[in-house]
Amino acid sequence: MKKLLEKFAAPLLLVIVMVTGLIACSTSPAQTTSPGSPVSSTSPTSTPAVSSLNGAGATFPNPLYTKWFDEYYKLTGIKINYQAIGSGGGIQQITAGTVDFGASDGIMTPEQQAKAEAAFGPILHIPTTSGAVAVIYNLSGIASGQLRLTGEILAQIYLKKITNWNDSRIKALNPDLNLPDQPIAVVHRSDGSGTTYIFTNYLSKISDEWKNQVGNATSVNWPGDIGAPGNAGVAGQVKQLPGSIGYVELAYARQNNLPWITLQNSSGKFIEPSLSSTTRAAEGIPLPDDMKIMITNSDNPEAYPICGFTWLLVYVNQSDQAKGKALVNMLWWAIHDGQKFTTPLDYAPLSNEAVKKAEAQILSIKYQGQPLINP
Amino acid sequence: MEWRDTLHILRSEKEVHILRSDKTCKPTDLRKNQIRSANTMSFSGRLGDRIFPRLTLIFAALLLAILAGIIVILFLDAMPAIKQFGLSFFGSTDWDPVNERFGALPAIYGTLLSSFIGLIIAIPLSIGAAIFLSELAPAWIRSPASFLVELLAAIPSVIIGLWGLFILVPFIRNPVESWLGDKLGFLPLFQGPPFGVGFLAAGIILAIMITPIITAVSRDAMKAVPDTQREAMYALGATRWEMISRAVLPYCRSGLIGAVILGLARALGETMAVTMVIGNSYKLTASLFSPGTTIASKIASEFSEASGEIFIGSLVELALVLFVITLLVNIVARLLVWRLTTVKVEGI
Repeated sequence: MKKLLEKFAAPLLLVIVMVTGLIACSTSPAQTTSPGSPVSSTSPTSTPAVSSLNGAGATFPNPLYTKWFDEYYKLTGIKINYQAIGSGGGIQQITAGTVDFGASDGIMTPEQQAKAEAAFGPILHIPTTSGAVAVIYNLSGIASGQLRLTGEILAQIYLKKITNWNDSRIKALNPDLNLPDQPIAVVHRSDGSGTTYIFTNYLSKISDEWKNQVGNATSVNWPGDIGAPGNAGVAGQVKQLPGSIGYVELAYARQNNLPWITLQNSSGKFIEPSLSSTTRAAEGIPLPDDMKIMITNSDNPEAYPICGFTWLLVYVNQSDQAKGKALVNMLWWAIHDGQKFTTPLDYAPLSNEAVKKAEAQILSIKYQGQPLINP
Repeated sequence: MEWRDTLHILRSEKEVHILRSDKTCKPTDLRKNQIRSANTMSFSGRLGDRIFPRLTLIFAALLLAILAGIIVILFLDAMPAIKQFGLSFFGSTDWDPVNERFGALPAIYGTLLSSFIGLIIAIPLSIGAAIFLSELAPAWIRSPASFLVELLAAIPSVIIGLWGLFILVPFIRNPVESWLGDKLGFLPLFQGPPFGVGFLAAGIILAIMITPIITAVSRDAMKAVPDTQREAMYALGATRWEMISRAVLPYCRSGLIGAVILGLARALGETMAVTMVIGNSYKLTASLFSPGTTIASKIASEFSEASGEIFIGSLVELALVLFVITLLVNIVARLLVWRLTTVKVEGI
């Protein structure tokens, strides 16, 4: 027995140490930051010049951000690495402090906000662009934009209460159209997504029944029918399945030539999704200083009802002066010069009011109490 | 007898004759000199002999430690959900991230159903192919055909998923599901609108993915049947089919079952291909036409955006359930395949 123990003592000890190490390291991932301290001291060394920044988050603005950071690199030589891991991932990473900025299509929940503030202090939602969610369908013989629906009918369709295209309620809005006797196949997202957040936010505002039964989140308990992964998945599914209806970012609908529905907005007008109707959604309405506003069902009479901002998540108190300066310079550029890259990529530029609010937010970003940028 | 035992014996005699490298053999007093190895291995050989067993032990133990670590971490991360839901997790059909109510039943049902359909389609296909490749094919076809079947296993699953979504699903929608709905629509199995995506599509995709595994292992099992069995059967006057069905197949029965269960283990865990064609709907329905969910596809869809302890905990608990199911299936497969290698003594 003693011999056995001698023989195996060293390797066994090594294995026990490794296993406990593995378990210890992985069960407390977010507790490596010190809660309560408003300024993180993870990077105390201040390098004279910063050559790169890291960001992560939403996939929706990824094409735009890729273009931006490429142009910014040509302009300033600062490389910005952006990983499109999803809004949820962006929020998690900025809370953990592994990136310099996060990106999200959805507003942080109170719990997520509290967690981030406990780690590194107050956090800003800076809008960069906005997008529309187009409702696409597959019906032969009905051209894009011809089919008109109200938000209430859309909610009823997604609740599986209206199940056929020739339902009287749809017919009443579209007396001239030849609607077939075909069941409506409802397509939604199977993965969590900011697009779903914007869409369900609109439906919750429009329909109390939707609000109580399903609710507003990046992932919800859909009454039916088919879930597809990603914007591309929903677009592909609707394209293939006759009689289906789905929702995708406007860029996908335009690039894949998918017909969309004209929706009635809060003023009663029927508006098609477009870049101008998206920008209108943020114009002429009061915008809060923290820009945490969902612009669905906007009061602007020319607005498309299903629009949303996408935000960059940035801490007010920066811990590294050089990085902070690079960050605010990039943000300032993004909301001004960067806006000219939005339209060619099917994103809506920020309205003037939104730009002013974003400026105020960027001016509030500080290093050791001093604002990092002077206009 | 180990070299250490040799040394022990020689030690006890208080005097050891050491065979030196110059082939001389001289006695030496153990009390005065250091004990030298009684064998003639060089120093590095002896060192290797000391290190090698321990090193390989570390590697083996590391693998076991990783397995244990995975189980422990899955348990810890699933704790919030386990505490919240307890056993009702396995009976509930909710998946509501807004109100944080989660249940595993449709996912478990979907995993088992889609794998089962895949097996039903794959078993006759692959056992048939294995019989052909081991018994019936002319010699010049055997190698290329086996190679091609195994090539099917090398195709990444996401590519099969894409192929399934764009080619197979429209085909299933029309004509397969329309025909089945027309002719056999009285059965609850074939009711409902023909979406194309759903359990039937997922089952067919899984069948395509597990056929190479089952075929390869079955073919090896059949090849291991000794020719004496075949010859004896022929000597009794059997036809070729009788020989196969009465001599070969019963002999390698445990190997075939092992192969099928290996295929099942793969089908249970298949993620990407299934996510694309299963329709991702979280309801329990009897119909094969309806969309459904499997555990792997649920986790793949929702994990990256999930937030909140209960949500993530529920997903991890689903992973734990899948892990346990797959582990059980793999253990049964290993036990059965081991039986294949034991020599059966046939008395004559």
